[in-house]
Amino acid sequence: MKAKLMGAVAGLMLSVVATGGFAQAKSGKISGGVVKIGVLDDMSGLYSDIGGQGDVTAAQMAVDEFGGKVLGAPIQVVSADHQNKPDVGANKAREWFDGDVDIIVGTVNSGVALAVSKVANEKHRLFIDSGAGSTRLTNEDCSPYTIHYEYDTYATGTTTAKPIIAQGGKTWFFLTADYAFGKSLQSDTSKFVEAAGGKVLGSVLHPLNASDFSSFLLQAQSSGAQVIGLANAGGDTINSVKAASEFGITKKQKLAALLIFDTDVHSLGLSAAQGLYAATGFYWDHDDDSRKWSRAFGAKMGGKMPTMVQAGTYSSTLQYLKAIQAAGTDDPDAVMKKLKEMTLNDATVKNGKIRPDGRMVHEFYLYQVKTPSESKGPWDLYKLVTTVPPDQAFQPLSQSRCPLIKK
Amino acid sequence: MTEIFGVPIQALFGQLVLGLVNGCFYAMLSLGLAIIFGMLNIINFAHGAFYMIGAVFTWFVLDTWNISWWWSLLLAPLAVGIFGIVVERLLLKRLYKVDPLYGLLLTFGLALVIEGLFLHKHGSSGLPYGIPEVFQGALNLGFMFLPKYRAIVVGATLAVCFATWFVIERTQLGAYLRAGTENPPLVQAFGINVPVMITLTYAIGVGLAGLAGVLAAPTLQVSPLMGSNLIIVVFAVVVIGGMGSILGSIVTGLGLGLIEGLTKVFYSQASNTVVFMIMVLVLLVRPAGLFGREK
Repeated sequence: MKAKLMGAVAGLMLSVVATGGFAQAKSGKISGGVVKIGVLDDMSGLYSDIGGQGDVTAAQMAVDEFGGKVLGAPIQVVSADHQNKPDVGANKAREWFDGDVDIIVGTVNSGVALAVSKVANEKHRLFIDSGAGSTRLTNEDCSPYTIHYEYDTYATGTTTAKPIIAQGGKTWFFLTADYAFGKSLQSDTSKFVEAAGGKVLGSVLHPLNASDFSSFLLQAQSSGAQVIGLANAGGDTINSVKAASEFGITKKQKLAALLIFDTDVHSLGLSAAQGLYAATGFYWDHDDDSRKWSRAFGAKMGGKMPTMVQAGTYSSTLQYLKAIQAAGTDDPDAVMKKLKEMTLNDATVKNGKIRPDGRMVHEFYLYQVKTPSESKGPWDLYKLVTTVPPDQAFQPLSQSRCPLIKK
Repeated sequence: MTEIFGVPIQALFGQLVLGLVNGCFYAMLSLGLAIIFGMLNIINFAHGAFYMIGAVFTWFVLDTWNISWWWSLLLAPLAVGIFGIVVERLLLKRLYKVDPLYGLLLTFGLALVIEGLFLHKHGSSGLPYGIPEVFQGALNLGFMFLPKYRAIVVGATLAVCFATWFVIERTQLGAYLRAGTENPPLVQAFGINVPVMITLTYAIGVGLAGLAGVLAAPTLQVSPLMGSNLIIVVFAVVVIGGMGSILGSIVTGLGLGLIEGLTKVFYSQASNTVVFMIMVLVLLVRPAGLFGREK
């Protein structure tokens, strides 16, 4: 009875997601006479604040900057909810690419991103992901049609770990979300910790959306490690930090949130989150450009400031359109070639480059969460600790496990 | 130090205490579900949403009017209960004569709508809520430091569960309630207003969910999805305990909290599924649940 019900509900949900239209016009340079950008994202689940509707808004802002047209053809943004399910995401991607969607952007959730990347490769269409964390996207599962934009677990993990190790945090214990992303975050960070002379004492895998983390934290506590690495995201990170402060764990051990978004910090409140490091590719209050863009974004999103994922979706859409203009066509291979030649600069990205493995590298930043007294407003969350140059923030090409890279 | 299967016994005790704390939430939520199913024959899938409303309400009144957690303890269950009355009078009462499946569908839909509205208003990343100042700090139990707040949660839940059980099983009002569900026309003939009693039962059931929400607000992420994360486990608790059994839901809730706590130590990946494995086993051996009676 319940299974039947659930089936009916799932069917309903599927039919609700947005569907792309059909364009008939033919134009020589632009296939189908329209450039269609698909934002495939978690629209209603736990990551919907990180990407979600904000990603759609961000992509639309990039389109508006182009005046809604490229090479004389109109640009359209369509969106759909992948519900954090790889099969739903892959099916939607297939449907879109079989229709006239040229590119998929956004896409939080590593499991979904890996599935969509495979479809994009099969259909020879572009996929620029700025929402997922897993480094598999540009290593084992790299593809000539996928670009991993903005950040990955190597960049956030190592950037966060570096100062903590330098301050003497040599022994680590990980709380790891039990799926592709968490495992990737843990393995990237532990390799880095070990290379820096540190030691990993153990780890515990927790289910996604485990609401109570006190049990896992006690295990971390009894390991005696100096640092507890949180290899999780979103609500899981929030609940971990909340429980750690409740149980007084932060008095003796240091907490390292290996991926934390400004929306998470905003939701935690500064008194629980103060002092945490946050490694990010974008923070709204970084410079005049980012502030200006973020305020425009906030005006459309009810005052919310953009996350680095949303900034990445804006930037990747903008750069994609620039590449079409430069290539004089929307042919995926030609556009990809152009993208990999360009140096990327806009309101959110400084000196970005796309490597042959599909990894977009750019300046990365280490921030620290302000104390309540330092903060001047609801979104005044971070102070800059250091800027990390691209070649140090991201996994070096020499370590790449991507088959496209010939060594 | 003594060890059991490679786990120090002190750590094990700590995990058991935490399991008990989580079990309290399960018990309080499944208790409400059990009352509603027992009296109304409605499978209340919106229970998680009511729990979430309780927590978000707690945040909202603090954020807007600076109303403390103490007042929320009283106000949130009231507000959620009143909302429950509206739902029961407007929607549920039309479904008593038809298959319980329709009640399940309606409440499930209702939960999706409520969560969707809150998601639209507040987003998914949650709202900040701290621990009331009186309860900051921890108790030293010898084998672990238990935050005072969690100890309070255990005490409060046990008291509420016992009171509910007592009212329904041991008082005049409870006797009317039980009789009213067995044979409404007969009880009505004695001059007792059965529809009002049923409405109040629903209000109390969801009010308990609201109260659980208030208790959860300081320790968990207050977000529109917090209910849906928990509700499936709570349903498993009700099924294992026996649909409609009040004592069953309390005992099973606490017991499963403990088992889940132990699973987190020995094989944490399974901590979300262990409850369902137990459910399968129980249903194979006792289809009516541990405390349920076959009808």
